[in-house]
Amino acid sequence: MCVAIPGTVIKLDGTKATVDFAGNIVNAEAGLVNVKVGDKVLVHAGCIIQTMDEKLANEMEELFNEIEGLTI
Amino acid sequence: MQTLEEIVKALKEYDGDEVRIMEVCGTHTAAISENGIPAMLSPKIKLISGPGCPVCVTVTAVIDKLVELSMREDTIVLTFGDLIRVKGTDKSLADAKADGAHVRMVYSPMESIKLAEEDPAHTYVFAAIGFETTTPVYAMLLEQADKKNLKNLKLLTSLKTMPEVIRWVVKNGGGIDGFIAPGHVAAVTGSGIFEELSKELGIPFVVSGFEGAQLLMTIYALVSMKGKTGMKNLYKDVVTYEGNLKAKEAVEKFFEPSDSSWRGMGTIPGSGMTLKKEYLQFDAGSIGLDTDNMPAGCQCANVLVGKLRPYECPLFGKVCTPDNAHGACMVSTEGSCYNYFVSGRK
Ligand code: SF4
Repeated sequence: MCVAIPGTVIKLDGTKATVDFAGNIVNAEAGLVNVKVGDKVLVHAGCIIQTMDEKLANEMEELFNEIEGLTI
Repeated sequence: MQTLEEIVKALKEYDGDEVRIMEVCGTHTAAISENGIPAMLSPKIKLISGPGCPVCVTVTAVIDKLVELSMREDTIVLTFGDLIRVKGTDKSLADAKADGAHVRMVYSPMESIKLAEEDPAHTYVFAAIGFETTTPVYAMLLEQADKKNLKNLKLLTSLKTMPEVIRWVVKNGGGIDGFIAPGHVAAVTGSGIFEELSKELGIPFVVSGFEGAQLLMTIYALVSMKGKTGMKNLYKDVVTYEGNLKAKEAVEKFFEPSDSSWRGMGTIPGSGMTLKKEYLQFDAGSIGLDTDNMPAGCQCANVLVGKLRPYECPLFGKVCTPDNAHGACMVSTEGSCYNYFVSGRK
């Protein structure tokens, strides 16, 4: 139930956003975040709950940096 | 720097002390099963599913109240898909619907605004369950309902928060060496609360995303950090240290911390959220819904805190299957029993 899906804002009208999820176009409430068209966002239950930092998205190097020096 | 291959190999060959890692969040439980992660780990690394599936931890009194409301002439209950099939003391919302009660499934709570606006003759009650991820969505809903002065839209709340139940599981559960912190809860709360919990409890926390590689690296980090305090964030594209401040503000406007009842765990002080006094006109009767009449023989209570594996429940796969779910943990696609059943996870 806590699933949240990443998408891209393609239109904004006040706090109503239109979000593109890989071709699926859905309306989402944007009142919980500061967004602009083109932003990557995380949508949960019809609401954008967070914006995503595209620079860090799927950056394996970042992940490895975070666990640098740990061994088992 | 290591490579992913080295991490995968190390996790398979690990032969140190046993490490028990809890994934608190139901979405992680599902992602772990889908990615086949349990089979990739050494038998010395045990993954345990925790109490982070909102549908699974909702007590029967809440379902009973929703069923009662749905049977009123002038009331329509709106709910997310999973909750509809969870049995209350006698029946689920799906059973009530089959008997003619007013129950409707929606994808987003925000849909209830339009429904209530277009049909002033009925009171719409949203079954507002969820954790820190979902509570801001209800705050948004109330913001709009308040602005539009909607009198026929209410919430039946059973809202939970993570920190207190994590403390409870550490004290009363089956011995946990590290936590995979819930990613989408952390997107809202920030990773900071897990750093505080780590210091307080002396157990490591790693915030993780939902991809296989992220989860493997998270598990690797937690095995390495066993016995130590520390928090790492492996979901930085979404989770910041402070979280979503706007969402937290919206929640604080409408809700306040409260005690909350959890399936099989009883009432845990400070583990939930209820509407503030000044917004009680939006409440559909959520106070005091503590009774928890679990189905006879169901072990969800022990499963949710990691004392028992789903397949150790005598009813698992026999009386209780996804098509004929006995307990809540077999209903939700994020439930532990459901996931162990469909993936054959051990
Ligand atoms: S297998 Fe069914 S009856 Fe047993 S604990 Fe899980 S949900 Fe409850």
